[in-house]
Amino acid sequence: MQSRALELLVGFFFCLGVAAIFILTFKVASVNGVGSGPAYRVVATFENIGGLKNGSAVTLAGVKIGRVRDIVIDRATFEARATLEIAAEYDNIPKDTIAKILTAGLLGEQYVGLEPGGDEQSLKDGDTIRLTQSAVVLENLIGQFLAGKAQEGAK
Amino acid sequence: MKKAIDILAEFLRGVGQAQYFLAATLAATPRALAKPHLIAQQIYSVGVLSMVITVISGMFIGMVLGLQGYRTLVGFGAEESLGVFVALVVVRELGPVVTALLFAGRAGSALTAEIGLMRATDQLSAMEMMAVDPMQRVVAPRFFAGFVAMPLLAAIFCVMAIGIAGGYAIGVELLGVDAGSYWSQIRAQVEMDDIWNGVVKSLVFGAVVSWIAVFQGYHAAPNSEGVSRATRNTVVMSSLAILALDFVLTAFMFKID
Repeated sequence: MQSRALELLVGFFFCLGVAAIFILTFKVASVNGVGSGPAYRVVATFENIGGLKNGSAVTLAGVKIGRVRDIVIDRATFEARATLEIAAEYDNIPKDTIAKILTAGLLGEQYVGLEPGGDEQSLKDGDTIRLTQSAVVLENLIGQFLAGKAQEGAK
Repeated sequence: MKKAIDILAEFLRGVGQAQYFLAATLAATPRALAKPHLIAQQIYSVGVLSMVITVISGMFIGMVLGLQGYRTLVGFGAEESLGVFVALVVVRELGPVVTALLFAGRAGSALTAEIGLMRATDQLSAMEMMAVDPMQRVVAPRFFAGFVAMPLLAAIFCVMAIGIAGGYAIGVELLGVDAGSYWSQIRAQVEMDDIWNGVVKSLVFGAVVSWIAVFQGYHAAPNSEGVSRATRNTVVMSSLAILALDFVLTAFMFKID
């Protein structure tokens, strides 16, 4: 009888521990469909990717629809080729969509924002996004600002 | 000079013995698994009995993180990120580490004292006389139980610290962080990898603490002073091992990303 109560307690402890792991995975971690379900890949080249990383978010109208999967340098053009993985359910994104590298908040993480165009054809696996906008590099911006100020002063 | 060499030799001998002991324990584990009631009993004494202390510590760690995090974040107007702060700190670091330290103090020392006393009162020799292998009957079930119980305790700790009783209670109920943004920020920022890292850490800590505890007990000098020294060694060595390993594991895990 004593051993039965003991086994009961051990079983209870075990279930509690497993339940805790489940709560952590489902309640705490981000296991939404994006990044785990079926997906297709498109390529976008940028002159400068700023702080974009493998795993950064790809958003459409602010909604996360995919992730950046791979970033390599194009050996011919010296541009960065980012492979974007987009969930298969978003299969009607127009071909002339613009990919911009944006920043969450003032100093936050960088992500790729898609702005849909008006093309009848939609992006398919292996396609390339032609229209892209690079990341804003703060130093360049300040440089431009100072150059503008200097010109003003010269007048 | 001679004495220093003796001490060094003694230390190296201890390390070598510990390796042999681990190999013997692992070799005995499959046979010990054939007697699940022995393992259940050990899970009860290292796991179930450590649960109360784990739950209470988890609550307090979560609450103090809530307070500290809020005070710092509110200066940047970022108190909505409190949930992420608490969740990441707990899942990546404090959950496994604090649980392992408590585990070493609560379960490890008890294991050492128990096995050491068995050694001191010749119970282990008596088992050998009856052709019962003490590695299989005493050591392996305790080692395995510690290995299994640690990750479960760490998970319970994390849930208590992040959830209703810990960071949430202070952040949302007391300091007025929005409940929705507390959870949604956590879900947006905490990755599955973070949780796996925490689980791996707690598995490693569980194995190391159990290893040190059973080894110290098994090799305790067979008298009351020896048992007390072995118990102290278990707590000191486990704590140092946990903290040092935590650094190594963290460095390694950040490397792979």
